[in-house]
Amino acid sequence: MSKNAALSYLPRASVVHRLTGTTKLAFFLLWSTAAMLTYDTRLLAAMTVGGLVLFSVSKIRLSEVKGALLFMMLLVVLNLTAIYLFAPDQGTEIYGTKTVWVHLFWRYDITAETMFYLLNFFMKYSAVIPVALLFILATNPSEFAASLAGIGVSYKVGYAVALALRYIPDVQRDFHNISQAQQARGINLSGKDKVLTRLKNSAAILLPLVLASLSRIETVSNAMELRGFGKHKKRSWYMQRPFQNIDWIAMGLGLVVLLISLGLLVVHQSRFFNPFV
Amino acid sequence: MPQPIIEFKNFGFQYDAQAKPTLYDINLSIYPGEKVLIVGPSGSGKSTLASCINGLVPFSYPGKSTGSLTVAGLDAPHSSLFELSRHVGTVLQDPDGQFIGLTVGEDIAFALENDQVPGPEMHRIVEQVADLVDLKNYLHHAPHALSGGQKQRVSLAGVMVDDVEILLFDEPLANLDPATGKQTIELIEAIQKRSNATVVIIEHRLEDVLWRKVDRIVLVADGRIVADARPDDLLAGKLLREHGIREPLYLTALKYAGVDITPQMHPAYLDTIQLTEQDKQKVKGWYHAVQQAEQPMEKPVLLQVENLTFGYEEGQTNLEDASFSVRQGEMVSIVGRNGAGKSTLSKLICGFETPRSGRIFINGRDVSGDTIKERAAHVGYVMQNPNQMISKPMIWDEVELGLLQTDLTPEERKERVEQTLKICGLYPFRKWPVSALSFGQKKRVTIASVLVMNPQIIILDEPTAGQDFHHYTDIMEFLRGLNKAGVTVLMVTHDMHLMQEYTHRALVFSNKRLLHDGTAVEALTQPELVQAASLKETSLFELAQKCGIQPAETFVQRFIDFDRQVRENE
Repeated sequence: MSKNAALSYLPRASVVHRLTGTTKLAFFLLWSTAAMLTYDTRLLAAMTVGGLVLFSVSKIRLSEVKGALLFMMLLVVLNLTAIYLFAPDQGTEIYGTKTVWVHLFWRYDITAETMFYLLNFFMKYSAVIPVALLFILATNPSEFAASLAGIGVSYKVGYAVALALRYIPDVQRDFHNISQAQQARGINLSGKDKVLTRLKNSAAILLPLVLASLSRIETVSNAMELRGFGKHKKRSWYMQRPFQNIDWIAMGLGLVVLLISLGLLVVHQSRFFNPFV
Repeated sequence: MPQPIIEFKNFGFQYDAQAKPTLYDINLSIYPGEKVLIVGPSGSGKSTLASCINGLVPFSYPGKSTGSLTVAGLDAPHSSLFELSRHVGTVLQDPDGQFIGLTVGEDIAFALENDQVPGPEMHRIVEQVADLVDLKNYLHHAPHALSGGQKQRVSLAGVMVDDVEILLFDEPLANLDPATGKQTIELIEAIQKRSNATVVIIEHRLEDVLWRKVDRIVLVADGRIVADARPDDLLAGKLLREHGIREPLYLTALKYAGVDITPQMHPAYLDTIQLTEQDKQKVKGWYHAVQQAEQPMEKPVLLQVENLTFGYEEGQTNLEDASFSVRQGEMVSIVGRNGAGKSTLSKLICGFETPRSGRIFINGRDVSGDTIKERAAHVGYVMQNPNQMISKPMIWDEVELGLLQTDLTPEERKERVEQTLKICGLYPFRKWPVSALSFGQKKRVTIASVLVMNPQIIILDEPTAGQDFHHYTDIMEFLRGLNKAGVTVLMVTHDMHLMQEYTHRALVFSNKRLLHDGTAVEALTQPELVQAASLKETSLFELAQKCGIQPAETFVQRFIDFDRQVRENE
């Protein structure tokens, strides 16, 4: 298993890391909206290259996220296969021509149009994934709640999300400890027993785990209230850094990409780039 | 006379969820700059009293109050949690549970963030406070990665940024190893000197708090204030003992020796107590008169550990080359600071983890290849928190749970469960739901659910953590009874009293190694050992030195044996 299978923050000294959390979130949202809107091959290609460049600028190596990347690729391939199986003529419907390369069987042809459509579909992912990964890997979790607040989400919601993320390792540890102690009472949870028995036995972990988590929540919410959480409509953030030129540039860049995507939509009166006519 | 900063007047409180009031007729005035210790057994209402001061009662735990309570000029029950938090800083019991920020800096800044303090000023205040508690170089560390003492400092800094006038500590010593507990008490004193804050400490570990001076001790029992006195006055009397608060051991020893304790002797602290030549002679006389208990015959070896080495991650070790053996029917303490390898050792013995090298024998058989389940036939493991082990709503079902996985017939199971419940004193409750039990009874249920599998050894993690003297005695006497019935007991603990009173032998771990395998008394009296393993010297040791008794170790051992007899006859 890759070391960073859970996709946690990887601190580096890079331009991407220097951007504020808010900038990264806003950029990610603009960028992915642009990619969602368009099927324009030229733009998607440019965005894919751009995303990879940003990734290399961040000094995070692809090998560090190999596990997550492979998993995502698997999902993309499954998605593409499913599209082909359900709609083998999707390309013809969109582009209006039909250039058969190979006939397989029944209604399944491999046509240039469908392949091109699937290529575009794939490129949507390849344009978004590097940027999405960057947002997750290069945003200090401490800035996460602040960045949500920065784009207008209530800080209480932002904090709820941040705390939930923060408690995942604690709950995992509780789970591990409880499961070991239950096994030491002779309750089998792994290995040779039937799936049904194991499932039933897992309930033996669940109740104590829920109780332990509830008491954690009680303690931390008391601690938060005692220190004035929720006192005002707004709060300031220790980890929030002031916006710098580079943040404005990054936001501008995201906006430009989105505008190009919209512009192409208006000019072509279609989301697709059609090389077949 | 200045105005009191906290003033309870005929104050009473009843939680909405409860049928009877928790506090009655509280009249208590605390003055600015005072340091007040509030003691009382579990369920006495002392925590509720503290929650009234910081506003958790009635704002988080609703209920009705009578009379009046003024805190820093505010009508506390009718103001708000936020207003009170400007004046009262609370350090909760469990430092791990109250960390909110991901780094030390963020956690300290939390209150400032909520007050919308702008960035640059916030950073300035955080640095200033971090400096005050010696954490300046740790601002970017994760609080969870710090040592126990440093964690306490982070919590303290987090409430000090508000410049509060009152610092409230809710059982600050629970979960700390003895040396860290000592440092915490020193830190509280140092902070009070620098900030002139009023300090209120809620704690039942009296002797540990009295490591440094306090101005007053308030004794709470059954929801009422039983005593409000200077430490010297209170410790000379009998009230503490009567209400289940353990007095410092050196005082118990003096009383056994027939020394009359008076307030004029300044008995509250070991370094202030005045002993006359006559008193010292009495102690000496008692020492010579007391017989040391005989150690029972040595039984065959049950558990043998050879050169055990283990690490959770590659290139890192958590336990190095541990070798020792435990005989049948022994009761042994495993002590040492957090991260010293104690928990790792118990996990290895239970088979939760596989050692990197070394072997474990039970009854002479190498069990290294056994699964957790197979190991469970010999070794039982009881977690610190019973709520993390109990998974059935009814007591009977909970105890029977492990047996359901065996080949026993329903009749055999019934017999085993009944027998175990009888041993554990739970038979009268067999049809009760678990939720109706007290903490100590729940602990018994978890022990019963392990015992029912008939293990020869049980390992307990902190069996008495957070328990007052009464519950502590209850749990420990129960374990002692099991031990006498033939069960070998290993206990991982921070409690020096437990080690000294109930286990003859101690395994002391320090820095991943087994540092000492010998008597508990040695572990409490050898200065190098005490320091290396973050233990605490027993006050008896110093008393023996004050009275010129040599060797002090023997004095400690004789006291323990004598005390045991006294308490058995009580």
